[in-house]
Amino acid sequence: MASAAAKKSRPKYLSLSALLFEIRLPVTGWVSILHRVSGALLFFAAFWLLWMLDRSLSGPEGFEQIKRYVALWPVKLALLVIAWAFCHHFCAGLRFLLLDLEKGVDKTSARRSGWAVLAASLALTAGFGWKLW
Amino acid sequence: MTRRIVTGAHYGLRDWLAQRITALVLAVGSVVVIGALLWSGPITYPVWKELFSHGAMRVATLLVAVALAWHAWVGVRDILMDYIKPDGLRLALHVAVLLAIAGWLGWTVEILWG
Repeated sequence: MASAAAKKSRPKYLSLSALLFEIRLPVTGWVSILHRVSGALLFFAAFWLLWMLDRSLSGPEGFEQIKRYVALWPVKLALLVIAWAFCHHFCAGLRFLLLDLEKGVDKTSARRSGWAVLAASLALTAGFGWKLW
Repeated sequence: MTRRIVTGAHYGLRDWLAQRITALVLAVGSVVVIGALLWSGPITYPVWKELFSHGAMRVATLLVAVALAWHAWVGVRDILMDYIKPDGLRLALHVAVLLAIAGWLGWTVEILWG
C-alpha cells in the first residue's frame, strides 16, 4: 500500500554527486582526513628517506651521489610533498593533542585552529621549498 | 550511576596512549634535528659521518626510530581497520605492514652500527 509519505521525493544525500558536490567537509574534517593521508604518505616515504640516509653514510661517493640525486627537480618535488605531509602531520598532531587535553574543543575555536593548521603547514612547506631551491 | 565492567584485552587504551607519547617523542626529536640542520653550515661528508659516529647520536636516532615504528604501526593499523573490510585481506596487510616496519627498524640498526 503506497502511502503519501512514501511518494514524497526525498533528498538522496548519499548519491555520488552528493558525495562529490553537495556534502562538504568542515575544515576540521579536512584537517582530520589530511592527517591520515599525510601519515600514510610518510609511512611510504620512510623507506625512501632511509635509503638516502643509508647511501649518504656509506662513503664519500655515496654522499656525493645523494647530493646530486637530491638536486634533481623530480626528487625536489617529491621532497616538497613529503615536507608538506610532515608539516601537516606535525601541526595537526599538536592540535589533536591539545584537543585531547580539552583545549579549544568548542566549534569556533576548533574551526579557527583547523584553519591555522592548514595555513601553518603550507607556510612551513613553503619555507622548506625556499631552502630547497 | 552506571557500573560498567570493562572486559577485553585493554590494548585500545594502551595503543591510544602510546600513539600520543610516541608523537611527543617524534615532535621533540624532529624539532631538534631540523634546528640542528638549520644551525649548521653546509654539510660535507666528514661532518655527516662524524655526526653519526657519536654513541649518543646513534642511540638518540634509534630511540626516534623505535618511537616512529610504534607510532606508524598504530596509525597504519587504524587506517586499515577503518577501510579494509574483508578479514583475510586486512590480516594480510597487517602482517605486511608489521614486516615492513620491522624491516626498517632492522635497516636503521644496520645503518647506525653496521
